[in-house]
Amino acid sequence: MITYLLRRAGLAALMLFGLICLTFIIANVAPSDPAALAAGPDAGRSQIEQARREYGLDRPLHEQFLRYVTDLTRGDFGRSVANGRPVGQDLARYFPATLELCLLAMALGVLAGVPLGMLSAVFKDRWIDHATRILAVSGIALPPFWFGLLLQLGFATALGWLPTSGRLSVFTEPAAPITGLLLVDSLLRGNGALFTEALSYIILPAIVLSLPCLASILRVNRSEMVEALRADYITAARANGVLRRRLIAVHALKNAMLPTLAIIGLRWGWMMSSTVLVETVFDWPGIGLYAVSSAISGDFKPVMGVTLIVGLNFMIANLVVDLLYGTLDPRLRDA
Amino acid sequence: MASRSLRLAGFLFRRSFASMLGLTLVTLIVALALLGPWIVPYPDDVAGATNLAGKLQPPSAAHWFGTDEVGNDILTRVIIGARLSLLVGLGITLAAAAIGVPLGILAGTAGGRLREAIMRVTDLFLSVPGLVLAIALVAALGPGIANAMLALVLVWWPGYVRLAESKALSIREEPFIEAARVAGAGRLRILWRHVLPNSISPLIVKMSMDIGQAILAVASLGFLGLGAKPPTPEWGAMISIARGYLPDWWWYAICPGAFIYASVLGFNLLGDGLRDILDPRSNRG
Repeated sequence: MITYLLRRAGLAALMLFGLICLTFIIANVAPSDPAALAAGPDAGRSQIEQARREYGLDRPLHEQFLRYVTDLTRGDFGRSVANGRPVGQDLARYFPATLELCLLAMALGVLAGVPLGMLSAVFKDRWIDHATRILAVSGIALPPFWFGLLLQLGFATALGWLPTSGRLSVFTEPAAPITGLLLVDSLLRGNGALFTEALSYIILPAIVLSLPCLASILRVNRSEMVEALRADYITAARANGVLRRRLIAVHALKNAMLPTLAIIGLRWGWMMSSTVLVETVFDWPGIGLYAVSSAISGDFKPVMGVTLIVGLNFMIANLVVDLLYGTLDPRLRDA
Repeated sequence: MASRSLRLAGFLFRRSFASMLGLTLVTLIVALALLGPWIVPYPDDVAGATNLAGKLQPPSAAHWFGTDEVGNDILTRVIIGARLSLLVGLGITLAAAAIGVPLGILAGTAGGRLREAIMRVTDLFLSVPGLVLAIALVAALGPGIANAMLALVLVWWPGYVRLAESKALSIREEPFIEAARVAGAGRLRILWRHVLPNSISPLIVKMSMDIGQAILAVASLGFLGLGAKPPTPEWGAMISIARGYLPDWWWYAICPGAFIYASVLGFNLLGDGLRDILDPRSNRG
């Protein structure tokens, strides 16, 4: 088990290094001149050259790369050329919002996807199976940004039940963060009003973000459950007089959960990516919105920072899934 | 495929409501893309005529989905957008397959160092979710529809390497490949005549689904302001403008989004249906 763990971790570290190389390459194929961007639109030639020296852009590429890597190991993602702030600081400020949104969306996806998958497997080819299939396909086909706008129109504008966008009302003073997750912080402080307000802001984006994830979890769980319910050990358990309820909820589900777990891990990474769209629609102050606004102005240090953070999340999720797999299914340890 | 099994496949396909819905939607989108300029109600609005007197009108008999901020008929512009979206979706998928499939087959049949190298690079690209990587690429290349396409091709090909490699690996062990080798067939001939045809079904299924996903991805970049630039009639870019006219002019955003949904849904259902008949053993994931 230890060697399995070490090998997986080593592979992840290698991938991370590869990702760092990739972001460096992307930043350097850019046709636009970062020095000119840093110096500002009215800068003359000498000012651009000065900016070039200041940011180390006049050094040879391998030296720049070395500096990029050593900076990253210290948590230094460089400076945004648009506002001059260190990207690492901005990422630390925006990441909790994204994390909170993704966590809630994932919780919704799992809590709805797994039971629905079970239901449609148990009632295979009945109306409930067809209904969930429509839900599953729509979850993948609905453009998240459009679905978000529709929900805003429905629940915020027409019904007036929920706020349109943002993370909190502009009049609410957010207290000093403990975890940075507003829902958790307000609960820790016992501030019920703040919790309700934060919940009313987060619920629509979380629903939009959870839909594709819900759809994949549902599909995988359904097909695995169908497979499991056909297996010999289920027939054997039934012959032994195990209750049908227990058969489905314990024996079959346990075996269907492994692939479901894998898709949850995979979806975590994808969620961090589609959050870009959801955050843009709902003006959610997370790293996705930060990446998009920076990308539009051609400021790519922040974009590379976000890419690294999302990639890192994806790798950690895969690593965790691998380890869980190894723990739950001993046959895989030698693979 | 013999005509008998073709008939069976046709029967199975027609029996499934979801597959037929997918086929209908795809046919509709393709028809709109082909016939667009001849069937739109207001051909003048295609190039972006200005008619400020009739701007932002609600849906009516004359303008089924209303008019936009310069008085163009929204339905006209959305129909014209079908051509762009379909071309872009097809282009991205074909280019990604053209890069990924040969690499994957090469990796799967060659083995050794070469396979290791190809698969590690593939894994690297697959280790970042596509949309974020595409945004990073567009940030470096500069916004625009051509760069958005290029970025999406660059993040899309690794999926095809994975698929082709796993297929080639499993086929390599089959007895008929050995038989061909014993009969003296060269390596290229084996690849072309035996490995490729046998990996074609999952490939077609994946490509069908990917066309839909690519349409969605381009629209997403357009919506973010990193893809097609207005006044190009691109669905995502149209929604991005329409967003500024919410909630009072709510109908502006409805039509382009519905078309994105319909096309992605269509290609997904079609892919699903094709998988059921082409690749019946595979698990419906």
